[in-house]
Amino acid sequence: MNIFVCIKQVPDTETKVTPNSDGTYIETSSIKWIMNPYDEYAVEQALLHKAANTGSTITVVRVGAVKDTEVLRTALAMGVDEAILVDAPDNLDSYQTAKAIKGAIEKSGKTADLILTGKQAIDDDCLQVPQLLAQLMELPSISVVVGFEGTGSDLTLRREVEGGAIEVYKTSGPCVVACNKGLNSPRYASLPGIMKAKKKPLAIHSLTDIGVNQDDVRVKYSNFVLPPEKPAGKKFEAMEEGQQAAVVAEVVGLLRTEAKVL
Amino acid sequence: MMNFEYTIEQKEIREMAMKFARNEMMTVATEFDLSGEFPKSLFEKAWSHGLINTCIPEEYGGVGFSAVDSVIISECLSYGCMGMNSSIMSNDLALLPIVIGGTHEQKEKFLRPFTESYKIASFCLTEPGNGSDAAGIKTTIKKDGDDFIVNGEKMWITNAGFADLFILYGTSDPSLKHKGITTIIIDPKTEGIVIGKSEKKMGHRCSDTRGITFNNVRVPKENIIGKVGDGWAIAMKTLDHSRPLVAASALGGAQCALDHSVNYAKERVQFNTAIANHQAIQFMISNMVIKVEASRLLVTKAAWLLDKGESNTKVASSAKAFAADACMEICTDAVQIYGGYGYSVEYPVEKLMRDAKLIQIYEGTSQIQRIVIAKEIFSRS
Repeated sequence: MNIFVCIKQVPDTETKVTPNSDGTYIETSSIKWIMNPYDEYAVEQALLHKAANTGSTITVVRVGAVKDTEVLRTALAMGVDEAILVDAPDNLDSYQTAKAIKGAIEKSGKTADLILTGKQAIDDDCLQVPQLLAQLMELPSISVVVGFEGTGSDLTLRREVEGGAIEVYKTSGPCVVACNKGLNSPRYASLPGIMKAKKKPLAIHSLTDIGVNQDDVRVKYSNFVLPPEKPAGKKFEAMEEGQQAAVVAEVVGLLRTEAKVL
Repeated sequence: MMNFEYTIEQKEIREMAMKFARNEMMTVATEFDLSGEFPKSLFEKAWSHGLINTCIPEEYGGVGFSAVDSVIISECLSYGCMGMNSSIMSNDLALLPIVIGGTHEQKEKFLRPFTESYKIASFCLTEPGNGSDAAGIKTTIKKDGDDFIVNGEKMWITNAGFADLFILYGTSDPSLKHKGITTIIIDPKTEGIVIGKSEKKMGHRCSDTRGITFNNVRVPKENIIGKVGDGWAIAMKTLDHSRPLVAASALGGAQCALDHSVNYAKERVQFNTAIANHQAIQFMISNMVIKVEASRLLVTKAAWLLDKGESNTKVASSAKAFAADACMEICTDAVQIYGGYGYSVEYPVEKLMRDAKLIQIYEGTSQIQRIVIAKEIFSRS
């Protein structure tokens, strides 16, 4: 079967981000990139599913700036067979991203039997691409998946809903599965895997190649600014009993007027 | 002409090895240091990810790492725990004589099994009476029909209690000094081998270290590496390969101490400001950075020369001496920066200081390295 995995390259969580000069995105020149952690679960699930379904191939798809291919290479080193990169700005909106992924899958000439993604990217936290992709491809989609069983395209999927409850879905035929933390334990890229990865195919397409253009823009980004710095905390002296009533009144007043939490 | 950039694969190797070091090693390093237990299952996991036996060539089942790749791995794993890395690296030290001097049959027979499952090899050179004076070793390897008989005592043998293979240096005739030195592969289960108790050490406490006694141990002649008397040449070539690895382990420990120090200096407040704002602390940290950067250049150059097939003895010994001394100084300063907390086992840096000391001693002391460097200067010109 043909398994596709969609991954995003996101800034390392320890990165200090700054807006770029025209405020349309963050400055990307000195960022350390990592694979979106939720996508790691998708890659791992693809590898597990491939191991259980002999003859499967896994193709990983990423939409983003071409200069850094390390995250795709990490997926190849983990054991994915092929990679497709759609060269596009890093701040593409969710609709364009979904359309680009669809275009890339179609251009591969393979029919997708299963598409795995992370449930969200930890940079912009849009939580839209898996559902948009499923809609565009006219496939069912199941998100926040924490349990995955079955062979081929006959799957039993468990998804988390509010309040810790679990919904169980049975699917047959191709679908989009968006993975959540806890689904599995993503493996390391082994060193032999890293050495083999350089020989695996990596196709690069432009947005135009796969039919995405300016008419597909749904979101215009502007005014990226850092959140205002938090003011220093206030300290109140109330060691002496006589002071305490006044201090409590003052604190409650400030919580009302300044912090506006009461 | 000059290029300081790692290849894409080397960057990925570093990334992966650091991830393993941080997630799998650093998290349990203190626990194993305190218990002194040999972390075998952790080593098995490292092996399954290709982090162990970096010296085995591709044609015998290895990954096919360059020397530069190998020192990157050694640095990263040592960052995770210098003691664990000693036990990991010890396999390379032991197997390198086979890689360098073994026949095709010996490589198939002895190297390939190390790529099929996690196995442990011990390098048996040092004796109770001979450390730095390696040419003076007294363990004898005497011909007896189609076999050789090994007699003698070895000391400070890493991983001895868990080894699947011993690579032993002995002498066919002690009066021949280095011309009599011979290298032989021994199955640790052979009759006549008595493995001593685990030594209690200041650092590298989870790395298994023992003495071994060989009493009339019979070994088939196919197990001699090269010819009788080739041992010294094999040992010297092995050291050219192993010194960059050991130097890299010092570098890894030093980088770890540096990173801890920077983080602590930013957090610790004295005189109403983070101690990172005090010039005395800044200078200590700057000196650490200078030594780490210089160590990395030396280590990488020593490995790069090997990959180019050029003589690296002078640079490899410089790397080993400099990086080991630097690691000791940096780890000592890390304890100083942590102050009282640095002296506590609750914090990571006292272990680093204990672990650092050994790297100045094993695989050729810092003094022996300087003798090697001086010989390269004065005997070759």
